Amino acid sequence: MESIGRSVIRKDAVAKVTGAAKYTADLKTVGSLYAKLVTSPYGHARILSIDTSAAEKVNGVHKILTGKDTNILTGEEIKDRPILATDRVRYHGEPVAVVIADTLAIAKQAANLVNVSYSPLPVIRSPKEAYQQGVPLVHEHLGDYEKIAEVFPKPGTNICNHTKIRKGSMEIGWAKSTVVVETEVSFPPSDHCAMETRSVSAEILPNGQVIIHSSSQVPFTIKKMLSSIFGLNQGKITVHTPLVGGAYGGKSAIQLEFIAYLASSAIGGQKVQLINSREEDFITSPVHLGLDAKVKLGCDAEGYLQAAEITLLFDGGAYSDKAVDMSRAAATDCTGPYQVENLWCDSFCMYTNHPYATSFRGFGHPESTFAVERAIERLAEKLGMDPIEFRWKNAIRPGQTTPTQVILNESRIGNVRRCIERVRELINWEEGRRIEITPERIRAKGVSCFWKNSNIDTNAGSGAILKFNEDGTVHLNCGVIEIGTGSRTVLAQIAAQKLGIDVDQIYVEMDIDTSSTPEHYKTVASRGLWMAGRAVLAAAEDAIGQLLNVAAQVFRVSLDDLDIGKGFVFLKDNPARKLALKELVYGYVYPNGNAIGSQVIGRGSYTLRGMTFLDPKTGKGVPGPDWTVGAQAVEVEWNKRDYTYKILRAVTVIDAGTIINPKLAQGQVKGAMHMGLSFASREGFIFGPNEVVETTQFRTYKVLRYGENPDYTVDFVVTPSRETAYGLRGIGEHALIGMPAALANSLSTAAEVHLNRLPLTPELIWRMKTGGVR
Amino acid sequence: MPEKKMYNLYVNDEEASVVARPSDTLLHVLRDQLGLTGAKPGCENGDCDACTVLVDGKPIKSCLMLAIEAEGKHVKTIEGLKNTRIQKAFVENWAIQCGYCTPGFIMNGFALLNQHSNPDSETINDWLSGNLCRCMGYAEIKAAIKSVMTSDHADKSS
Repeated sequence: MESIGRSVIRKDAVAKVTGAAKYTADLKTVGSLYAKLVTSPYGHARILSIDTSAAEKVNGVHKILTGKDTNILTGEEIKDRPILATDRVRYHGEPVAVVIADTLAIAKQAANLVNVSYSPLPVIRSPKEAYQQGVPLVHEHLGDYEKIAEVFPKPGTNICNHTKIRKGSMEIGWAKSTVVVETEVSFPPSDHCAMETRSVSAEILPNGQVIIHSSSQVPFTIKKMLSSIFGLNQGKITVHTPLVGGAYGGKSAIQLEFIAYLASSAIGGQKVQLINSREEDFITSPVHLGLDAKVKLGCDAEGYLQAAEITLLFDGGAYSDKAVDMSRAAATDCTGPYQVENLWCDSFCMYTNHPYATSFRGFGHPESTFAVERAIERLAEKLGMDPIEFRWKNAIRPGQTTPTQVILNESRIGNVRRCIERVRELINWEEGRRIEITPERIRAKGVSCFWKNSNIDTNAGSGAILKFNEDGTVHLNCGVIEIGTGSRTVLAQIAAQKLGIDVDQIYVEMDIDTSSTPEHYKTVASRGLWMAGRAVLAAAEDAIGQLLNVAAQVFRVSLDDLDIGKGFVFLKDNPARKLALKELVYGYVYPNGNAIGSQVIGRGSYTLRGMTFLDPKTGKGVPGPDWTVGAQAVEVEWNKRDYTYKILRAVTVIDAGTIINPKLAQGQVKGAMHMGLSFASREGFIFGPNEVVETTQFRTYKVLRYGENPDYTVDFVVTPSRETAYGLRGIGEHALIGMPAALANSLSTAAEVHLNRLPLTPELIWRMKTGGVR
Repeated sequence: MPEKKMYNLYVNDEEASVVARPSDTLLHVLRDQLGLTGAKPGCENGDCDACTVLVDGKPIKSCLMLAIEAEGKHVKTIEGLKNTRIQKAFVENWAIQCGYCTPGFIMNGFALLNQHSNPDSETINDWLSGNLCRCMGYAEIKAAIKSVMTSDHADKSS
């Protein structure tokens, strides 16, 4: 009957192996119209004219919208992005017009006939370039945009956010440092590549009710944004999200929803479907940000870190979206899980003429970790200390403070050192980290640590409803999206444990309806189980209270005399006196027909406590409730002759707190490792003239394929959180964070060259090793 | 737009009449006209295999085949697999996360095991390296495939 710690089969498993599982684009209805985007072929250009006359003549075309029809700026933090471009396009792939037609084929045909004439403009090609003085501005009117208070753009520059971290004294820090290194790293934007491309539909009923279907991580935010931008009452908007075919942060941006809503609105409310092609999904919809960073680190002769000066220049692309938050999040954890008393970090989110970025698994951390862990590797090397020993020595512990000056305890930080010790064993560090198998083949190992807090809204929360059926079975209703993680199954386990019933008795529908589902802030930031777990526990407690109340009347005892378990409410001192839940869940009926109580509906909600905004001058503040920490290692076999390599093994040891469902937890960790290795080894957009993205298909933008994956080893350290349901910790993103650094460290060791750029292709190693000359 | 035409397909052992243009892909006809949405569009370019179905027993990327080319041929989609061992193996080996690539993997794996009852790793890699998954590290999928190798995976009694 125990539900915690058991690998319960995921509740969507059978639907997913039989083709019964429905995703947004599977929900076709008769009478739906189809929309197709016309997008920018340039990275930066002025729109001289848009001629839709030929396209309008195509039989079956209902309407064509351009920027003139949709002159509204959107953006969650800074309202800087037009729904359709107006006078100018700022990235390759930017939506310029949308055609609404009877069929997709007609819409595509007409979209090809929309004649847009452009005049190309100078482009900003990297965040470093964007930061230079006197370069063209991506947004001249940055100062005029509406924005939230917690972002700090600099009008007259390409800086859309600046986060400052100031801790301790740099003067003291550098004075205490006997060994100092400086490292620069760089990598281009890349993509999430969820297998399901982003898909939406919009419909406006005659009574004004707006119905959206969206493959999204944030249906509740869609509701709020549509409401605020179009002045609609929130009650008039219903957003449905069925199963989502992969998200990884990429489906936390709101883009196609606005276009589909305007399209439906323009034709009298008829349903319009808008589904990204793979090429559009790569660049039109938001991407994973790039980074140029500089890290200066100092330590004393014993190897204790004394000072860090970190400059992060994120490539947020043409519009700010969530990249401004990611640049802040990266700053809050910029040192990695190490104790650094004296710290100075400037994190900038830069506008460039690249596709704009949104959340990506790890939210700024895989990127900043790559920078700082490469610097740590060099510092340990320069000092002459074993790099694992160096990390263990500096690992942050309870009692110490984070970059934003949060004082840690065990619940907040877990056990970094234990994770490092275990990784050391599992990767067999003792055998040596660079072994020449033959004169040509080198086997090498590299490590990295990681940590991450949530960095979401300070008042983010979650709700849950547990509704009983007459036979004692239960429906769990909560707003965590099933994006693949299995969270809704784990939440059922939490409910089952608390209610003392078998998890098979708990039913979870997989689709979300924002009008009837309790809100879960967003399915992001590894906060699904963290927050919804608390809401489910509260709902279960509420339901138990109702059940005990009825039972207390039946037994004529006080509530304290009763307990619940194994499907019964029973007397503590005489468990043989009991009532089955099904005798109570719809109220109790006495032999004479009298009834007491009524249907049991448990409700619970939860909001994060004690979070604060960051001090704009020092960064001091509480960015989230706790950190999930861990250590990782990668082992490669590198070929000296042709510079190719094979990733042999990847190890993660993560302090995951209490594991509710071991198989699902391992799946999350392995999947994140895989995504990190794919990103670090081969992903990244290649830009042509005018910053046109040349790799918008899987045949040119390579991802790890079956058979290319290493062996994965996952192990858990268990330091239960004192705040969460049964002591769990968030683990959805974390195992991605250290992978790029661990891979770069292993390859740098193998090739005996500093590899500070991504992706780590054989060509890059060859160039770094030989200077690119044969 | 070219004229639509009516023709017959055999899908999951049943005859089905469809009305489609000559340029409509098998993927879209299966999804839009027959409601068989198990085959997924992932790239519509032949790069990801999420749309894999069997045509006369052979795995085909249904985004690259015209529906009209399937006229008179036997098409099997994920909806046509009932209680096969490979489906069970995907469940039991935790070889599913978001599930979007799953039908394509299962169809390709099913066809592989029909042709090679005991394939070596190289053969499995050859067959499955076309299928993309972004959620998992492929290890669970490999375990699922291997678990059915020695048994009769098509055994409907499971």
